[in-house]
Amino acid sequence: MTLLGNFALWAALLFGIWGAVLAFSGRWQGRPEVALSVTRSVYAVFAACAVASIALWKGIIAHDFNIEYVWAYTSRNLPSGYLFSAFWAGQKGSLLFWAVVLSLFAALAQAMTPRRYAPLMPYVAGVTSAVTVFFVAVMLFSGANPFDRLPFTPADGRGLNPQLQNPGMMIHPPMLYLGYISITIPFAFAIAALLSKRLDTGWIHAMRRWMLVSWLFLGVGITLGMWWAYVELGWGGYWAWDPVENASLLPWLTMTAFLHSVMIQEKRGMLKRWNLSLVVGTFLLSIFGTFITRSGVIASVHSFTQSNVGYYFLAFLVVIAVASYTLLYTRWPMLEADVELESMVSREAAFLFNNLLFVGIAFSVLWGTLFPILSEAVRGTKITVGPPFFNKVNVPLGLLLLALTGIGPLIAWRKASVQNLQRQFAFPVGSGLLVTAVLVALGVRDLAPLMTWGLAGFVGGTIAQEFWRGTRARIRMYGESVPMALGRLVGRNRRRYGGYIVHLAMLVYFVAFAGMAFKVQREATLKPGESVEVKSPFGHTYTFTHVGISQFKQLNRYVSAATVEVALDGKPDGRIVSEKRQHFTINELGTEEASFEPSTEVGIRSGLREDVYIVFAGAVDGTEEAVYRFNINPLVWWVWAGGFILLFGGLITMWPGGGTPVASRRHAEAGYGVELATARAGVP
Amino acid sequence: MKPGTKFLIGAVLIVGSVGFLIAQGVKETGVFFLTPTELAAKTTSDPTFYDVGLKLGAKVVPGSIKRIAAVQQVDFLVSDGAQQYPVTYRGIVPDTFTDANDIEVIVEGRLGRDGVFHATEVFAKCGSRYEAELDKAAKA
Repeated sequence: MTLLGNFALWAALLFGIWGAVLAFSGRWQGRPEVALSVTRSVYAVFAACAVASIALWKGIIAHDFNIEYVWAYTSRNLPSGYLFSAFWAGQKGSLLFWAVVLSLFAALAQAMTPRRYAPLMPYVAGVTSAVTVFFVAVMLFSGANPFDRLPFTPADGRGLNPQLQNPGMMIHPPMLYLGYISITIPFAFAIAALLSKRLDTGWIHAMRRWMLVSWLFLGVGITLGMWWAYVELGWGGYWAWDPVENASLLPWLTMTAFLHSVMIQEKRGMLKRWNLSLVVGTFLLSIFGTFITRSGVIASVHSFTQSNVGYYFLAFLVVIAVASYTLLYTRWPMLEADVELESMVSREAAFLFNNLLFVGIAFSVLWGTLFPILSEAVRGTKITVGPPFFNKVNVPLGLLLLALTGIGPLIAWRKASVQNLQRQFAFPVGSGLLVTAVLVALGVRDLAPLMTWGLAGFVGGTIAQEFWRGTRARIRMYGESVPMALGRLVGRNRRRYGGYIVHLAMLVYFVAFAGMAFKVQREATLKPGESVEVKSPFGHTYTFTHVGISQFKQLNRYVSAATVEVALDGKPDGRIVSEKRQHFTINELGTEEASFEPSTEVGIRSGLREDVYIVFAGAVDGTEEAVYRFNINPLVWWVWAGGFILLFGGLITMWPGGGTPVASRRHAEAGYGVELATARAGVP
Repeated sequence: MKPGTKFLIGAVLIVGSVGFLIAQGVKETGVFFLTPTELAAKTTSDPTFYDVGLKLGAKVVPGSIKRIAAVQQVDFLVSDGAQQYPVTYRGIVPDTFTDANDIEVIVEGRLGRDGVFHATEVFAKCGSRYEAELDKAAKA
């Protein structure tokens, strides 16, 4: 299998080089057979990467521990589901996963992009092939080849890190990877537009859906990462501003900025340079993320394999940055805006400020992440900033952004009239004030959460008003029933209403994040029968009684399970079990051998209002006396709900159909009709 | 005033506040990240450098961990080879904090006048053990 794998990697490398060289040489212009050869080389690279991936999977499934990668990340007693995800558990497999998915996306981009964009496609192929070649080359030439063999065959592998033995871990990394990887396609279209000097909105139409795919994968991947951190790491929260987390957030922020600013380019012909810079910057941030997670230049609690592979990424990053921005610079004069900004009180202006905020937040996160390195380089001492820094900077910026989420959809394009403003803002502002007043009456006094929830009321008002007016217009115009009018409204204007659903997701996230300001934590050492009381932020009293510890063997691990009896305001409310696990593998003598450090399985009971989160930290000197940490985490459930709403809204926005110009024009007209009707209906 | 100029003023305000927030944030929340040797140098050159919030990155001295489970206290020694400090921590340590050889820790807290580092947070990782084993296997 390793022979086949190595052969496939070399084939991918050679096909990729062939495609990239041919594409960038420009020899395909006016010669369709050469252009065809470029396209076919993209398919060939994918075929080769697919063969290599199958070879690695076969090695893993066959327990061929002579392959170093298989030995390092699996064992005979590893549950079979995790054999599947062991593919990307380590760095070498991740690189192969990256290469195969990138080559798949590259092939799909070639196959699925409509014919009218054909003049862009060889350049797109050139960029995707060059990036794939980089990944394959890193595997082959930097000692990161997943098919390396050991000089002997161990009896069993070392097993998979228990923190990765979690169902969330089977989908969280691939989701993030898919997000990171698919950014390459929009980047390739941007470079193709620059190289071919076809700088109208054509390249944007050709790649917009790819950008949405990438944005959605990344958003869902980040949410899954929060969920994994919450249930698996046991520190009681879901976001720690760790460099690795920040690295995933950065490209997501710039992509979100792009998805807004691109609308200005499509409608008004402005911001061409800015949009190209954002696409290139987003791609660079995704490579940068890989660099900081893999190089270990910044201390992170994520213990990834660290090696010099990171520096290959740094070199790649520098080369891409210099080449892309030089190219952009040479095309600068061709990228004049068609019109100028007409008014500060316009949709354009709201989008511009939204973009500045997204990029500002991204910059502050980047700055804080890199600060240890920057301060060491400039002042000679390492200074680190942690969660307090990120919260201090990003809470005000995030609140401004949340406010703009409510303001943007209400303001007209070009120039809003006073009448337009009054009609549009009355209900949302009223709803925001009402929410704030209710919360103050209920006794909420903390400024940041109060402002967050008040603004959420305002944004919610905006979204509700948009849906209500659109639906009402359809009911009046076509006499449809409410559900049908609502369904058609969303179906015929997917981008707009899908976007509002995504706004709703953001609102839900913000509401949930603010809830964590009220979390309660208490540590206690309890003998069986002893109990401790914890007051919930909603005013209830939980009583936790330690029942006892039981020990048993399960699958590939020994488990110590501690049981707690819960009472809410004195009434019995079930039991929660949390565990300490010690994984083992079988050594040459056939005896069990502990592998890895013990891991914690948090006991969580999730509710709409709050989560009860119990960590069993261990027994006291082998007795049944247990050390616990009890957390009451408000509104956490809503973070996961936000993730589902995000997925739903994102899918609506990018649902296929309506992609051809004729159909999209018809859709646009339908949307325009609704807007007209809305305007008419709304006039007092 | 032209809308473009007005927008520029708005943009400068936003960029300015981002810059201001970052500068303030670093000033108010930034803490030193030192190795034991650097910390020793600091306290020698500046005798007031005690009870200052900082992060200390080092390795745990093998066999030095003492756990007092009843009060959830952990005492251990950290070292970078040249300098050594005793650390005391109350709370639950992460799973990665074990008695295995060569665990790297980052402890956040203050160095007291008693010469003991009073930690408020302990982060641990044991990536090096992993790497060392891989090297050993590759050389075998």
